Amino acid sequence: MADRPAPLEYNRTWPMRLWLGGVFFFLYAPLIALMAFSFNDSKRTIVWRGFTFDHYKKLFNNNELMLAFANSLTIAFITTLISVVLGALAAVMLWRFRFRFKGAIEGALALPIVVPEICMGVAMLVFFARVMPWPNDLIWPFSLGAIIIAHVSFCFPFVTMVVRARLASFNKEQEEAARDLGASDWEAFRDVLLPHMKPALIAGALLSFTLSLDDFVITFFTSGPNTVTFPVKVYSMVRFSVTPEVNAASTMLIVLTVVLMALMMLGQRKSTTAK
Amino acid sequence: MDVMSEKSAKSLVKPIISFRNVVKKFGSMVAVDNVSLDIEPGEFFALLGPSGCGKTTLLRMLAGFEVPTDGQVLIDGQDMGATSPNQRPVNMVFQSYAVFPHMTVAKNVGYGLKIDGVPAQDIETRVQEALELVQLGHLAGRMPDQLSGGQRQRVALARALIKKPKVLLLDEPLSALDAKLREAMRFELSQLQQKVGITFIMVTHDQDEALAIASRIAVMHKGGISQLGTPSDLYEFPASRFVADFIGSVNMFEGTLLKDEPDEALIGCPELAPHAIHLPHSAPGNVNAPVWVAIRPEKMNLHKNSDEPPPVRDCPAAHNVCKGVIKEISYLGDTSIFHVQLANGRLVRVSRPNRSRYDQDNYGWGETVWVSWSGSSPVVLLS
Repeated sequence: MADRPAPLEYNRTWPMRLWLGGVFFFLYAPLIALMAFSFNDSKRTIVWRGFTFDHYKKLFNNNELMLAFANSLTIAFITTLISVVLGALAAVMLWRFRFRFKGAIEGALALPIVVPEICMGVAMLVFFARVMPWPNDLIWPFSLGAIIIAHVSFCFPFVTMVVRARLASFNKEQEEAARDLGASDWEAFRDVLLPHMKPALIAGALLSFTLSLDDFVITFFTSGPNTVTFPVKVYSMVRFSVTPEVNAASTMLIVLTVVLMALMMLGQRKSTTAK
Repeated sequence: MDVMSEKSAKSLVKPIISFRNVVKKFGSMVAVDNVSLDIEPGEFFALLGPSGCGKTTLLRMLAGFEVPTDGQVLIDGQDMGATSPNQRPVNMVFQSYAVFPHMTVAKNVGYGLKIDGVPAQDIETRVQEALELVQLGHLAGRMPDQLSGGQRQRVALARALIKKPKVLLLDEPLSALDAKLREAMRFELSQLQQKVGITFIMVTHDQDEALAIASRIAVMHKGGISQLGTPSDLYEFPASRFVADFIGSVNMFEGTLLKDEPDEALIGCPELAPHAIHLPHSAPGNVNAPVWVAIRPEKMNLHKNSDEPPPVRDCPAAHNVCKGVIKEISYLGDTSIFHVQLANGRLVRVSRPNRSRYDQDNYGWGETVWVSWSGSSPVVLLS
């Protein structure tokens, strides 16, 4: 009697709880299974044979896989840097100015989000093969240039979208107030607009980092014979058989992504509560 | 003669703000239409008008956020031309206050000084002074989202005043506050203005606010200035139907000037027939030409029903009166507004102060009454 669910507390009714349970099960059970079997003391089968770190040891001794991993992280990092700057600039331009063909430019910016990835991949392949061949013999990390360009082209529209949504809530009087108090255009941007954009910039960076890190299709078409990224490497390993080593590698990637996310969210919360 | 008096006035006090034939167009829309206006140092000036009358555009041209299409804007004798906002000796309090949400109160107030390169120590003492001025000294470390609306407004005020501007611009400063606070802030704003001695220019659509605070008001309408004057000038001697109607409430009658002599004028209004309006002085306009007569509700009196119209002082019998039925009474506490319907259906508003707790006359709904007014109450308007 005292603790009856309120009219809108659907999460306290049993059908909703069943539904929620189902969602969580199908979402996380495969991931947990993958992680668990990375510790399985067995080569092939999916039968539990005891706990071991062997696959992780093997993983760290697998130079090819470690190189692919380093490639992926480097690509993701540089892609994120470029995408955030480019995406934020595009967002500010679309938000602030009125110009001819603005609608067309906005549409063109959203195109990489909606175009099927396989088409993007093929287009990039043709582009780098015929129109602008990327030299094969550059030293690392310049050898990753083609992949980075391809990744930036599909990452920065996401940043633009997130930043634009944030800018919509900006009170332009704040920028005018800064100008009125003596700030130049640049100072007003730095002191007022940029702090307002910050959460969107962080969200956009997270988005591009994860998009770039786990992209397979476009990378597969743009990577030359000598550069291999982590997802591409995992794919080639899986073609022979799903070994616990792949499990271990995937677990590493998942943990890395989750930790990174958590750190950034923590940092963001600190920066808002500290002041 | 007008030119002479204007010149001599100018030689006495140099205006701090001058608009000279200022025009502002947005595309084909004319927002400000050939406005010329001088504002003297130390004034609390109000630009008053309905939305879209051009008052905010005028203010934004002073701040430098809009550039006039034609004409000149002078601040302290200097033509501002296209001088950018950060180069102008004026500061603004925005309608939304525009307090920077990611800075503390002290950082907000000190922002203008920091941009100007004032040493950190000086900033600290001046911020503290500015905050004391608006009674926020104890909240220097707070973030804006921990402040009430009234406190945020004080931050905006301190932030603008700390730069010691020649003119402080206020865009609808009280519109975002609730009624009680608004009244308190009116008083505080004029106190503050007297204390700092800076010229304040306020934009508002609220006529009560303008009347209560401003030393001089420009009533704006459709991009131009309808009338310029002190609050009592505008209220008691409106120059047009628009001003009479916009400031306060008014009973407006259309009529014809029947007789115009130096010490007497007579105006016939079909709505008041068979009675006419008598003035103990001459009226503007030509005899037999149409005129409008404006009478404020508080300058009208109610009388109990009788066969003969009540006598009105300094006025021939059966003039300046009309008879009707009380259709509605709005009791407002301090006053009551009576809506009296005349035989022809016209409603006349009469307001009476509730001076005692028990009204001897006790006018009720549906009661037939006489309404009268003295000859000095009506204002005759030609436009």
